[in-house]
Amino acid sequence: MIAASFLQSALDPAGPQAAHIARLWWLLLAIAVVVFVAVLGFLAAAILHRRRDTTEASLTYAVSIAVGLTVVTLFAILIVTVWTERINATLGAASAVTIELTGHQFWWEVQYDAANPVDRVTTANEMHIPVGRPVVLKVTSRDVIHSFWAPNLHGKRDLIPGYTTAIWLQADRPDVFRAQCAEFCGRQHAHMALQIVAEPEPAFERWLNAERAPAHDPADAGALRGRDVFMKRQCVLCHQIRGTSANGLVGPELTHLASRGTLAAGTLPNTTGHLAGWIINPQALKPGSQMPQNAMASDELQSLLAYLETLK
Amino acid sequence: MNDPDRAPHGDARTAKAELPPVLEDAAALARTWSDPPGLVGWITTVDHKRIALRYLVTAFVMFLGGGVLASMMRLQLSRPENTLFGPDFYNQLFTTHGTNMMFLFAVPVTQALGIYFVPLMVGSRNIAFPRMVAYSYWLYLGGCLMLWVPFLLNTGPDMGWFSYAPLSEILYTPTKRADVWAQMITFTEVAGLAVAVSIVVTALKLRAPGMSLNRIPIFVWGMVVQSFMIIFAMPAIMLASTALILDRLANTHFFDVERGGDALLWQHLFWFFGHPEVYIIFIPGTALVSTIVTSFSRRHIFGYLAVVLSLVSTGFVGFGLWVHHMFATGLPKLGESFFTAASIIIAVPTGIQFFCWIATLWSGRVSLKTPLVWVLGFFWVFLIGGLTGVMLAAVPLDLQVHDTYFVVAHLHYVLIGGTVFPLFGAFYYWWPKLTGRMMRERLGIASFACFFVGFNLTFFPMHLLGLHGMPRRVYTYPPDAGWTTMNQLELVGVAFMTLGTLLFLADAWMALRHGATATDDPWLAGTLEWATTSPPPAYNFLHAPTVAGREPVWDNPPDQPIVVGLRTDVRDVLVTHVMDAEPDHRTEFPEPTKWPLLTALSTTALFVGSIFTAWAVVYCAVPLFVSMTGWFWPKHPGETGTQAWPIAHRTLPMPNEPPSGKAA
Repeated sequence: MIAASFLQSALDPAGPQAAHIARLWWLLLAIAVVVFVAVLGFLAAAILHRRRDTTEASLTYAVSIAVGLTVVTLFAILIVTVWTERINATLGAASAVTIELTGHQFWWEVQYDAANPVDRVTTANEMHIPVGRPVVLKVTSRDVIHSFWAPNLHGKRDLIPGYTTAIWLQADRPDVFRAQCAEFCGRQHAHMALQIVAEPEPAFERWLNAERAPAHDPADAGALRGRDVFMKRQCVLCHQIRGTSANGLVGPELTHLASRGTLAAGTLPNTTGHLAGWIINPQALKPGSQMPQNAMASDELQSLLAYLETLK
Repeated sequence: MNDPDRAPHGDARTAKAELPPVLEDAAALARTWSDPPGLVGWITTVDHKRIALRYLVTAFVMFLGGGVLASMMRLQLSRPENTLFGPDFYNQLFTTHGTNMMFLFAVPVTQALGIYFVPLMVGSRNIAFPRMVAYSYWLYLGGCLMLWVPFLLNTGPDMGWFSYAPLSEILYTPTKRADVWAQMITFTEVAGLAVAVSIVVTALKLRAPGMSLNRIPIFVWGMVVQSFMIIFAMPAIMLASTALILDRLANTHFFDVERGGDALLWQHLFWFFGHPEVYIIFIPGTALVSTIVTSFSRRHIFGYLAVVLSLVSTGFVGFGLWVHHMFATGLPKLGESFFTAASIIIAVPTGIQFFCWIATLWSGRVSLKTPLVWVLGFFWVFLIGGLTGVMLAAVPLDLQVHDTYFVVAHLHYVLIGGTVFPLFGAFYYWWPKLTGRMMRERLGIASFACFFVGFNLTFFPMHLLGLHGMPRRVYTYPPDAGWTTMNQLELVGVAFMTLGTLLFLADAWMALRHGATATDDPWLAGTLEWATTSPPPAYNFLHAPTVAGREPVWDNPPDQPIVVGLRTDVRDVLVTHVMDAEPDHRTEFPEPTKWPLLTALSTTALFVGSIFTAWAVVYCAVPLFVSMTGWFWPKHPGETGTQAWPIAHRTLPMPNEPPSGKAA
């Protein structure tokens, strides 16, 4: 109920693993409350009623019982913990979607695995997953350590340069979930979010097919001019638009930029105005990000925006 | 009196009334042990009490500074998308706050209490290796400047107090910020190790005759365990910070993934130190709780052996859980389970201590004074911190709340609960001993109330923030995240905590100016520091004491013998055996000296200079060599120095022998 009003929350589970963890949380919370009340209750009693006739032997007896209860409780917690960990480790299914997630300062590279290398899909800062089907994320980092965390779906997994690890997750309802970098990664750690769009299988397949297609040449003249602006300026040094000569691999891939919900890793909504501001002066919106300032004439900018908006 | 664990309070008072005749020459002792007057004495002192006070004041200033940084962070986060501070400055804020509180406040302040009270509690005239302790203070001061001066120049470290590679590597932090951090660590390592060694040796070799291992005050045990942990944990961070600075300055590749280094190696080295660090910080805190609970229950602690073994076993197990800071890195499941089990097990010794404290209070005659009130605050706060600690040991839950505000809440409940609350209790408890003045009960309670309410207002909502998705170390957050209200509530809490701290400072100031004069033992407590004047003289005890129980002021019979045979014209100290504290030999302690300061200055120049040029190591080795040569130059060849016991014609009185002039 309360959880619904939060952008992302571990207490509003939308997947089997987050649900297991939420259940573990409520159990541990109940135990903690009981222990807290009991210990402070005895403490209050010890302070308030001044009964000094207690023998050392009876104190020893009481303390021994308390220690015994502590050990038993802790052991029970250990068992529940290990059990939850086991069932959460893998959702093991042959039909899993495999996604390679790579962290960069300060954005996410998302790559969908495919049997045929031509069918691999690369995108950035937005990940679509099918509802009810397990997803295995293979995570690593290209620069510093980041951490993938979508609290509504599962716990964290660090993205560590030089290591690739796998984490399973699954969404049980169609929704847009927010994931955020959880390992301090530099000046714009705060603005490194990933949108996860969980949608029914057919919609997911449609999206994946659309992503697979290269960018089409724009039809109208303004957008064509905009494409030239993109290709002749520094944009191509970092960004890739499949189907064009822009092949930069440093920054986010932009082939279907216009279809995404956010800009700059969840920093801004994807609207023309924000896109314009982001291109001209990214350091004002996300100081410390790797995107440089791009001073350009107003008509150049308008053409460029027109072009980028064709990248659906 | 039939029950060995009950204190014979009344008798202790009568014993005081029938003080034995003065055998020692107080004037001669004062002449021998005093520092030269004025600035020279201030610089050259090797008196553990003066050095400890210096440490205490500096560490408390660090506490206030760290608190200011924390308030600035809370101010920044009190509104979503706040533009008060940018990411660069905010990152400096939390890095400096964390580094300062861990390295420059929490450890030094507990060590400061150890430097002051361990020698007094074991009945010694000074701390072991006093020149090394003097050196450690100057070095610690250098470390404080090393962190704060760059911060005030807006070039403070900004990669987090944990300084994870590769973010701290030259490629991602190309400025001097990470070098400053790494060398600041080295400062505190050397200072911390020096104090740790001195405290261990003081507690094991300088105890009053009769203070066998099973009579050592719990606070001393706590400091011993802490010191051993420092001795084993600090080298790990020394290794790590040195490897980091070599990566940065000498192009080695310890953590450089591109060229065969390993990013996780840093985390293992760092947390092998970093987790024991938590226990290094709060073990003295729990030992303070034992001390205060004992004194204000007016009985020996219930389950002395269990409490001591709990401290010791915490010290051991504390080294077996560092990986629980790394659960999210994707380790093998079996390994994770092992560290989960270890992290859960460590709750047992702490639980045992809780039960023993409650049993002590239950069966004691409770006197609810300010120090005990702070300790009751400790119970509330630290218990919550411990319970969330058990939650964090559960890997699946840890994966959700790791690196979120839940952990921020947990660690502040543990560290402020485990250390700062007992510490404030200890300030009130020992203030009369430190200054000879009493603080005011009513102001103390008011200060506690503000601090306690403010603390919970500030940190309790963080649990919820973490569960509801707020990560740590973010300089801002979106307006629709749902985190705004709780962050604003926390700002209110900060105001209360600030007020509580200011009330404490006002209380301390007024006590210094107008406080009632303290008696030797205003709380009627039992350990040896209360058996001398408030504040103690330079030589600590007129008559070097012997002890007949855990709380000598309570337990010593009126005819308890004293140590005689120590010279009063040189700084003679009795050295005893480790187990039963039987007299072993006497040794002469050093006089005030300028060399520790000069050595510290050379060391500081070396550490700071090495950031800018590797040649600094060579240049500064010269003054370092000179100052250390001066330090170790033999002073008194011949008859003084270490002498075997017994000393000719002067023996320790036999137990039960009435103290008389015979021994002279």
